[in-house]
Amino acid sequence: MYWNQHYECMPHQQLEAVQLERLKNIVERVYYNVPFYRHKLQEVGVEPGDIQSLEDLKKLPFTTKQDLRDNYPFNMFATSMSDIVRVHASSGTTGKPTVVGYTRADLNTWAELMARALTCGGTTKSSVIQIAYGYGLFTGGLGAHYGAERIGAMVIPISGGNTQRQLMIMKDFGTTVLTCTPSYAIHLAEVWESMGEDRSQLKLQYGIFGAEPWSERMRQELEKRLQISAIDIYGLSEVIGPGVACECQEKKGLHIFEDHFIPEIIDPVTGENLPYGEKGELVITTLTKEALPMLRYRTRDISMLIKEPCACGRTHIRMHRVMGRTDDMLIIRGVNVFPSQVETVLLEVGGTEPHYLLIVDRKGSLDELEVQVEVSAEMFSDKVKGLEDLGHKIRHRLESVLGLTAKVKLVEPHTLPRSEGKTQRVIDRRKI
Amino acid sequence: MIKQISLFLENKKGRLAHVCRVLGNENINIRALSIADTTDFGVVRLIVNEPEKAYQVLKANNFAVSMTDVLAMEVSDTPGGLAGALEKLGQAGIDVEYMYAFLGTTSQGALVIIRVENPDKALSVIRQSGINILSEEQVYTL
Repeated sequence: MYWNQHYECMPHQQLEAVQLERLKNIVERVYYNVPFYRHKLQEVGVEPGDIQSLEDLKKLPFTTKQDLRDNYPFNMFATSMSDIVRVHASSGTTGKPTVVGYTRADLNTWAELMARALTCGGTTKSSVIQIAYGYGLFTGGLGAHYGAERIGAMVIPISGGNTQRQLMIMKDFGTTVLTCTPSYAIHLAEVWESMGEDRSQLKLQYGIFGAEPWSERMRQELEKRLQISAIDIYGLSEVIGPGVACECQEKKGLHIFEDHFIPEIIDPVTGENLPYGEKGELVITTLTKEALPMLRYRTRDISMLIKEPCACGRTHIRMHRVMGRTDDMLIIRGVNVFPSQVETVLLEVGGTEPHYLLIVDRKGSLDELEVQVEVSAEMFSDKVKGLEDLGHKIRHRLESVLGLTAKVKLVEPHTLPRSEGKTQRVIDRRKI
Repeated sequence: MIKQISLFLENKKGRLAHVCRVLGNENINIRALSIADTTDFGVVRLIVNEPEKAYQVLKANNFAVSMTDVLAMEVSDTPGGLAGALEKLGQAGIDVEYMYAFLGTTSQGALVIIRVENPDKALSVIRQSGINILSEEQVYTL
């Protein structure tokens, strides 16, 4: 089942011709419309006319999240502001979010990509799809929403949270497709089971899960508990949002929609391109984005590319499910968390350079964040209430800064690991 | 005014023993001790014979430690003795943050350590109400 058989199953040679045409076009556009890109291209001595083959992509400089921050909020946009019809944003280290913009054509492209992805996941015109990703600045909810509407499925735009209501609606409305983070899907399954409800009351058949890393083991668990077929979807707001890549029902890697994106795998340290089948950092160039084209965007996600043809008939290259991150960013319950954000809060509340450790674990089905903080002489109080107040204050500040509840544990000085080089700030115990 | 040593301890095996050993090795004698505990941590409060030295030793051993002024209040070592003293404090408008008993006794009675918000002010009020407050020298040498 394809959404767009023409493009999704296009012979690869023909696809490459489409890519080259679009790459030439996008390099030319950013060169003339975005001062940031023009400077970067001039620095490496590349002009639009220099792109003669897909190999020439390697001549282009990388783009990073820092570039987006430096150009906050709109300076990387390649169209006039009046052509922007929507913005989304994701959290950043400094409190300033990363802002992405869309023209009407971009939203059209995005809906097309999400329609393909949701079709991969089993969604059809007669599906009832429950979108339990957050709606708002986060790209998850609205991204899935417009893809599902494009297909013509019946959309339940329930957004995230309120598990009891999710389950009631799932049962009463006859939801057939669920899309949310995999950890939330497990939580829904657990709550459903704890309510003693019978699975036969649900019409659920398919799950399309993403926005956080998960594993084959979790897929098996979800498929068994919810009695569905579950697939992995990949995307990031800087590139377009969800719908950059998606598994088909073969479930052996995620097809990257190559008529819109060119993927590369690089060595995150040297920046050298790595061959197919080798693990490294995923880099994506957008081919059709108008508002915010990305040249060789470093996703910081670790993956590898699978060149072999897929049994599903799609010709688009596959990426291995995300195997890790190159930086210290954590994704907890779909929320980006940087240790430096925690550090800022502790400095603010404790009034001193903090020693801290983030411990992420998956208790049952939900990710949990514990922040261990060494009690310094400045923070210490001989009154228990003083220390408890300190803990509460840290927790409240973290909650408002991260948008996530964290457990705060005060520990004795000099008990957290120290090292000469980069101090370990994160222990991720999630088995995914 | 008595100097109280307080320190932060996690609720982990052997931590209190470690504190006592560190002090013992330095020949510091613990005269009174109280522990306020929560699920994850505790606050240990100590009266020792050499508070300054204890403070430095504990600090050097990486404990989060602080020194606080507290009062050593003499109460009659008879039933209702403490009740009477606390009632007097209440009448004088003094809130006790926390208190605990001292190991030794004086010839006149038992000793309790009390922590109040403003010890200097409390001192004169308590003395006016006829309660005996011991000096530093008296306590450390008991």
